[in-house]
Amino acid sequence: MSLEYYLILSALLFTIGVIGVLIRRNAIIIFMCIELMLNAANLAFVAISRSLGQVEGQLFVFFVMAVAAAEVAIGLAIIVSVFKHRETINVDEVNSLKG
Amino acid sequence: MNPEMILFFIFGAVSLIGAIAVISFRHPIYSALSLIVTFFAQAGLFVILGAHFVAAVQVIVYAGAIMVLFLFVIMLLNLGTLSEKGALTGKLKGVAIILGILLAAQGIYIAVNALNNTEVGSEAAQEKAAALTNNPIETYDIGELLFSKYLLPFEVTSLILLAALIGVIVLVKRENQTEN
Amino acid sequence: MDIDIVEVIVIPVIKILFIAHLLIIGVMAMIWSERRVSGWMQDRLGPNRVGPQGLLQPIADGIKFLFKEDLIPNHVDKPLYVLAPAMLLVPAMIIVAVVPFGSSMTIAGYEIPLQIADLNIGILYILAITSLGVYGVVIGAWASNNKYSLLGGLRSSAQMISYELTLGLAIIGVLMLSESLKLREIAEGQGANPWEWNFLIHFPAFLAFTTAVFAETNRLPFDLAEAEQELVAGYHTEYSSMKFAIFFMAEYMSMIVGSAVVVTLFLGGWHFFGLENIGGEGSVLAGLISFAIFFVKTGIFLFVFIWVRWTLPRFRYDQLMNFGWKFLLPVALSSIVVTGTLYIITKGNRLWIGVGNVVAAFIVVAIVAGMLAMDNNSKSAAQNTPAAAPLRGLDAVE
Repeated sequence: MSLEYYLILSALLFTIGVIGVLIRRNAIIIFMCIELMLNAANLAFVAISRSLGQVEGQLFVFFVMAVAAAEVAIGLAIIVSVFKHRETINVDEVNSLKG
Repeated sequence: MNPEMILFFIFGAVSLIGAIAVISFRHPIYSALSLIVTFFAQAGLFVILGAHFVAAVQVIVYAGAIMVLFLFVIMLLNLGTLSEKGALTGKLKGVAIILGILLAAQGIYIAVNALNNTEVGSEAAQEKAAALTNNPIETYDIGELLFSKYLLPFEVTSLILLAALIGVIVLVKRENQTEN
Repeated sequence: MDIDIVEVIVIPVIKILFIAHLLIIGVMAMIWSERRVSGWMQDRLGPNRVGPQGLLQPIADGIKFLFKEDLIPNHVDKPLYVLAPAMLLVPAMIIVAVVPFGSSMTIAGYEIPLQIADLNIGILYILAITSLGVYGVVIGAWASNNKYSLLGGLRSSAQMISYELTLGLAIIGVLMLSESLKLREIAEGQGANPWEWNFLIHFPAFLAFTTAVFAETNRLPFDLAEAEQELVAGYHTEYSSMKFAIFFMAEYMSMIVGSAVVVTLFLGGWHFFGLENIGGEGSVLAGLISFAIFFVKTGIFLFVFIWVRWTLPRFRYDQLMNFGWKFLLPVALSSIVVTGTLYIITKGNRLWIGVGNVVAAFIVVAIVAGMLAMDNNSKSAAQNTPAAAPLRGLDAVE
């Protein structure tokens, strides 16, 4: 099983995440797309780790996951407080800085 | 066609379909569920790659914690299908998708061609990979490396999590004070 | 590559079928025994009409459920409404794949370990699959499109996330001493006699883990998600017929599996005073006896489940959160620190680790209780409990 297949799959998943960020306006879904991109990166990490026979790739996946968890906690807290103020989480409707 | 290949195509297809579903569903709950499916398929891919520990952590962290948090927020705010006001329409949406396809083409090109000139694609690496298939990376190896060579990054990660914890508390706390 | 069909396909399939059916029969036995035991505890009879001692009552219940009208209310989200019971049942069922339910037996030259799959990451698999159980509840609650169901689902997701942490942290001490993630090795690492089992060495962790298992299975005193007096029936209010029966089955199944996991991790697995080695290690007799021991231990633990249900009243929501975050979690953390430290200082002396764990747990609980008392004194006028924050979020729902 060659590495290319995994990297192609990873590239496709990453692209879907990018397209999602471009075409959707719901903050929660944009957020999910970012998670999707991080996951695509994880897949590439693990695949290359296997190809090189090194453990490091798997380690970086943990760091990515830790960062993703922190990011989600903060991001969702922001979304909740934005929703309380504005009653919307459409990113185009919350484009002014005035609280 | 060996079993690994068949499993790869099954999991790969499921993860791609799930990912496309994430960005196509109008309702955030359905998007979140599709994302969980994608994460699962990826955990399956990790298992094929011999990274059992990563696969378990993937399910625990992503499917078990992060996505529950997403669902919790969607349910707490009772988000229905929200307005997509300001979303790219018509031609612009087409442009976005074309740009995306270009990006994918770049990624695929790199995956297929550029690897041949690097260490990853070299024959020595291929042999190593073959040896590794019989002798997969154990959880033990990960732990050993994590607590020796990568101790500093590991500790920094814990600081990031602590910062996130404090950040969330501050964000919620401010709400309470304004309400009171 | 030579593949022995008997070893690769036949034996695993037999084991899977055996365990799957055992689980379903176990659910029926639990339904019967819960009603009889609760009858006994409340000094009444319980069901005793269908079959001898009412033993056929679960079958009668099942038939009744099957013949009820399978109602799908108009206002629900149909795909998710149908999917939710399955999402609860499947995780409850597949956890059991890694639980060793006995030692091993040799039949016709094949050594058969009494376990479906001995994964490298066994215990992580259990944690991973446990964390999926919450989806069935949350999705069922949301798809029902009913305010009570939604509240039940919200409560349940917050509760499960909180207690999952304890579930994960409490076993780290056990893993440190057994030096393996494989459940079979953890069970084997505990000696034959009860005083060598993990529940004495890690007593606070054992209590924390058991409590967390109660919370994860949504049993009293943690059944906030389906509190009848407050939420009608919580997340399964809108469900009827077989779909309701599946929710019911999933709850009992996760209880059985939870007990089996507790027995494996803390109560010595299939060991009991060396009784499991009668007939020689690896013989059929030894395998059967070890399975019987495991079965009885799990049964006793299931009795504790029922016992607790009729003994303790339900927590209030803020009490539940306070208990999980301020008592269980620090106790589980202390067990990690103490086990690790004493393991190095005393070179792995089990007695010292056991004593140290209990002392540390007492100190931690005393400190937390003291801090809470001081906190309450300083702002008793304000009546501002910390748990008010998540509840306030519900304002947005109204």
